[in-house]
Amino acid sequence: MIAGIFVIIIAFIAGMGGVLDEFQCHQPLVACTLIGLVTGHLVPCIILGGSLQMIALGWANIGAAVAPDIALASVASAIIFVQGGGQSKDVGTAIAIAIPLAVAGLFLTMIVRTISVAISHIMDREAAKGSIRGVNTWQLIALSLQGLRIAIPALALLSIPSTLVREFLSSMPSWLTDGMTIGGGMVVAVGYAMVINMIATREVWPFFIIGFVLAAVSQLTLIAIGALGLALTLLYLQLEGHGGSGNGGSNGGQSAGDPLGDILDDY
Amino acid sequence: MTEEKIKLSKRERFNACMRSTFLQGSWNYERMQNGGYAYAMSPAIKKLYKTKEDRAAALKRHLEFFNTHPYLASPIIGVTLALEEEKANGAEIDDQAITGVKVGMMGPLAGVGDPVFWFTARPIIAGLGASLALSGNLMGPILFFVIWNVLRIAFMWYTQEYGYKLGTRITDDASGGLLQTVTRGASMMGMFILGTLIERWVSIKFTPVVSKTPLQKGAYIEWDKLPNNVHAIQKVLQEWDMGNGLSLTSTKVTTLQDNLDQLIPGLAALLLTLLCMWLLKKNVSPIIIILGLFIVGILGHVVGLL
Repeated sequence: MIAGIFVIIIAFIAGMGGVLDEFQCHQPLVACTLIGLVTGHLVPCIILGGSLQMIALGWANIGAAVAPDIALASVASAIIFVQGGGQSKDVGTAIAIAIPLAVAGLFLTMIVRTISVAISHIMDREAAKGSIRGVNTWQLIALSLQGLRIAIPALALLSIPSTLVREFLSSMPSWLTDGMTIGGGMVVAVGYAMVINMIATREVWPFFIIGFVLAAVSQLTLIAIGALGLALTLLYLQLEGHGGSGNGGSNGGQSAGDPLGDILDDY
Repeated sequence: MTEEKIKLSKRERFNACMRSTFLQGSWNYERMQNGGYAYAMSPAIKKLYKTKEDRAAALKRHLEFFNTHPYLASPIIGVTLALEEEKANGAEIDDQAITGVKVGMMGPLAGVGDPVFWFTARPIIAGLGASLALSGNLMGPILFFVIWNVLRIAFMWYTQEYGYKLGTRITDDASGGLLQTVTRGASMMGMFILGTLIERWVSIKFTPVVSKTPLQKGAYIEWDKLPNNVHAIQKVLQEWDMGNGLSLTSTKVTTLQDNLDQLIPGLAALLLTLLCMWLLKKNVSPIIIILGLFIVGILGHVVGLL
């Protein structure tokens, strides 16, 4: 019961974090771990958080490509997982069930962001009165609505009796759960593809290839690879700077902003 | 007495920085981060303007449309703090000038924030945390949370101070080459890491057996000739040598995956990623791709392909 209240509070914080994108409490690594901590399934929930984080690494809402609501994915998967007994074999299944829920959660996000339009008009009226306090209060009310957007679904999930969840999970045939785990391994690619589509230009593809090939050297940790990437990037930018006018023609597409820089340099 | 200039103290500026954490709290489809911007500016408005009319006008200025990367809003807030301070001290700065600075900076800065924070820093730090967490290590979540927030708060505070000190002069910098170089550098770093993450963490394994070849005698462990005591375990482990020594079975099974890995490890993962990129470019929703891959996983497993 008390654990349930803590879970709701964590869900509320995750909901606020999801819209703010500041503290990252809504990321699976943090949210699943916290839920594991208050429900007494710490270690399995850390593993769950790590697995879901891998899938969600590239999820970001930019432009038209909208990813599932990551806050809801974290909270829902952790609740289903814990209610199901917190056995590590259920990690894949809990994630696979939580993702469609997180997709449905986008609808809730849209509702809150539309309500916030109305709140923004109330702020206008408070502003016209010169009331700083009024504007601030409504800012926090809007933020709380974002918290409720996750806390209410969390409450609904918690109200499903855990015996039912457990029965449901154990009634799933192994071909289905194994298949979903395999699917989860592939879904990771979607987030990366979204990010690549956003940042890829002709000049950065060689970096991708080097990173991909080096990854097969399993002795290199992620930190070592990050250091290598940083060093290569710095080298490239430095050499480019000393290249003189000779390379002006070769990267014509990239130097679109450079005329402005040249003008500023002249001052 | 009115000659005394009103200055924003360090405490008030830090307060504005902390409040900008809530920048997106009332994110809405009409004016996006406007409420959060006014919220962050509130302590300054309270200090600088004493009459109802002045406060109303200041609040109205900052309830205008605003949208940028939430962390890159900090230098803009710094600049507007400086502008509001000058205005309150009697300088001729009209509303359009302040709005102009905000709008002029938010576009280019958002263009820096997304590749640097969302596409480079977060995948690296979260990827590091997640790889620790997969083995149940509590350091994974803790490292991610601490590193991220220390970097974030330091970045927000120092860039806001930078904006405050430079005032309007920062706009010269914002359009210059430095920001563009940072963005490009982040994209390179990001692509490098993405290449690594795809090889390591996109898991796709084709299970169909391509060939079964019997091994020669002596290339595999002969289980029936082992001594019937605990030393057998030791002997087997020594002979097996973590996969580098003798084979565990008398036939060598080669799956489709082994063949693909001989070309280059992670080839299947790379092709899958390229497919996803192509689908996204064709405007297929990522949500449909995600659900589709789960279905492919289940069907592929049932027919024995995956």
